[in-house]
Amino acid sequence: MALLAEQLLNGLQLGVMLFLLAAGLTLVFGIMGVINLAHGSLYMVGAFGAAVTAQVTGSWWLALLGGLLAAGVTGLLMELVVLRRLYARDHLDQVLATFGLILFFNQLMVLLFGRQPRFVALPAWFTGSVEIIPGVPYPSYRLLIIAVGLAVAAGLYVLIQRTRVGMLVRAGATHREMVRALGVDIRLLYTLVFGLGALLAGLAGIMAGPVFNVQIGMGEQILIQTFVVVVIGGIGSVRGALFGALLVGVVDTLLRGFVPGLLRGLLDASQADALGAALSSMGVYVLMALVLLIKPRGIFPAHA
Amino acid sequence: MKRRGFLAASAGLSTLAAPLAAPAFAQGAPIKIGMITTLSGPGGYLGQDIRDAFQLAVEQEQGKLGGTNVQVLVEDDGLRPGQGKSIAERFLRNERIKLMTGVVFSNVLGTVAPDVLDADGIYVSPNAAPSGFAGRECHRNYYTMAWQNDTLHETAGVLANTLGYKRMFILAPNYQAGRDALTGFKRKFGGEVVQEVYTRLDQTDYAAELAQIRAARPDAVFQFHPGGLGIGFLRQYAQAGLLSSVPQCVPAPSMDSTTLAAVGEAAEGLNLTSHWNTDFQNPASQAFVAAFRAKYNRTPTYYAQQGYDTALAIGAALRQTRGSIDPAAFRTAMLKADFQSTRGKFAFGPNQHPVQDWYALKVEKVNGALALVTKSKILENEGDSYAAQCRL
Repeated sequence: MALLAEQLLNGLQLGVMLFLLAAGLTLVFGIMGVINLAHGSLYMVGAFGAAVTAQVTGSWWLALLGGLLAAGVTGLLMELVVLRRLYARDHLDQVLATFGLILFFNQLMVLLFGRQPRFVALPAWFTGSVEIIPGVPYPSYRLLIIAVGLAVAAGLYVLIQRTRVGMLVRAGATHREMVRALGVDIRLLYTLVFGLGALLAGLAGIMAGPVFNVQIGMGEQILIQTFVVVVIGGIGSVRGALFGALLVGVVDTLLRGFVPGLLRGLLDASQADALGAALSSMGVYVLMALVLLIKPRGIFPAHA
Repeated sequence: MKRRGFLAASAGLSTLAAPLAAPAFAQGAPIKIGMITTLSGPGGYLGQDIRDAFQLAVEQEQGKLGGTNVQVLVEDDGLRPGQGKSIAERFLRNERIKLMTGVVFSNVLGTVAPDVLDADGIYVSPNAAPSGFAGRECHRNYYTMAWQNDTLHETAGVLANTLGYKRMFILAPNYQAGRDALTGFKRKFGGEVVQEVYTRLDQTDYAAELAQIRAARPDAVFQFHPGGLGIGFLRQYAQAGLLSSVPQCVPAPSMDSTTLAAVGEAAEGLNLTSHWNTDFQNPASQAFVAAFRAKYNRTPTYYAQQGYDTALAIGAALRQTRGSIDPAAFRTAMLKADFQSTRGKFAFGPNQHPVQDWYALKVEKVNGALALVTKSKILENEGDSYAAQCRL
């Protein structure tokens, strides 16, 4: 039981990381109609921004600020310089241009910081572990990730459901033409939404720094799963992104944690482990295929 | 089968061609040595250490190896087998290089070595040593200076036995070298493997695997995660609080002095095996470490030591052949291994792979700083598991 609870926590933690990335991606696609493959680059820029600031200043708060600033500014520049020209184009052009951005940002980071992975120390108050499940000391930093992720989810809920900007965002996702017709400055709204997405991706990158390696190409590793989340959740829906992310996080973790063990009952040990590894890495894609079979527009479709 | 025939045919042809090539060496032009190695990407520091140490050896002899002028041409394969192959072809055809070295990764070696050998060239490997070239497909002009890949993991199995671990949890990424690592470990480990886990090569979060380790309560963990992968794994291992309860017993690639610097405290207490370490007391090793530190201002990894020994071995062979790299003469000289290896004893086995001693190392605090400390010798005159299959 303790193992199951621990794996559920791990799944939850992976889920909220994916949510931070997926929320921005789904908003940008749902409201602006742009497929942004370079979303992972913002995650990388945020992580590098924080890592470098932490190394120079030694302060975790300044690193947080540095990371958010780097991701936010990069996001705004990306929107102003590149994406603005792509709104009217079709998706293939957008995919090509944003794929180019991935290559550009990876090479830029190599030029600026070199190829060696960088490391960020854990903030001093979160180096230990907490026994929230008896007998299982759980790293407190991972609990912090879960807390921050859930707080961001709650904040986004309030922002989108309870504020005027949120109303425009929702309206933009479902009735784009009508919002335009009512005289709302859609350009400004687009820039705001993109900036918000960039900040969330940057935050995910900052949170990832002390646990994972901060390295070139880190964005692409997590971007694929983020797309799975967006497709499962329903494109353009933040609620869908949250549920999709938690679902993918938990399913992926549980499959990795338990499938090899279950197969061991049926097969020879080393065969079971090899097959289990293969099955669990396919798991989330099978899940996506199943969801698409039953609900082709995702669990919470935004454009009803 | 086809390739063997082809190799034999080209070897036959070359004996005809050899007298034509010989006069070129008599004129004292420098011998060109082609170094194809990995200098970019997360694994770039491995090739960098091999190159720097090799060039150090050449510089120490004022541009010579074994009294013969040499010119070392270095190219980056970018860890792409295709790129390695095209560099090898260019070296062979345009530069007329017959002596090559440098490859770090086995998948690159798989494309480079056959081309070099088919062209009747000589290949001396400073690192990669896949099982094929050690067993049935061993070759007269192919030498390995480091170890055979499997031996790294077999010695970790022996160390686990020595340390008295009965139940081991073993992990490696799900690709060829990872699967070979687990097979190699199990070949020599005498106890029970509680669980075998394959991680993904693109994985960054190991929380699910760490939870399984905690639940399985093994005596120790064996893991093969080279380079950046291992750094992430070890940090998360320490963060999960496992370091104090479940020790690790790993092969050399999972912990070298560069990864140690990156991982920091999270590596303390780690057990590993190696054929060499910076604290070796023999004069050759001490001189090498001091010279390397003085020139490059960093601690050499074992990759650097292998690059250095490769240069010394080539030098010793060239001294005896008086600068000739005619494959037959070179082979006779090379197999004597008449040089002061930084690892102390060194000899070639029947498949032209090293026969050497292996040591248990531990990460400990020395004067307040973490370092790899040699604890004891665990294997003496150890060859490899494929030598018996090789007929030369």
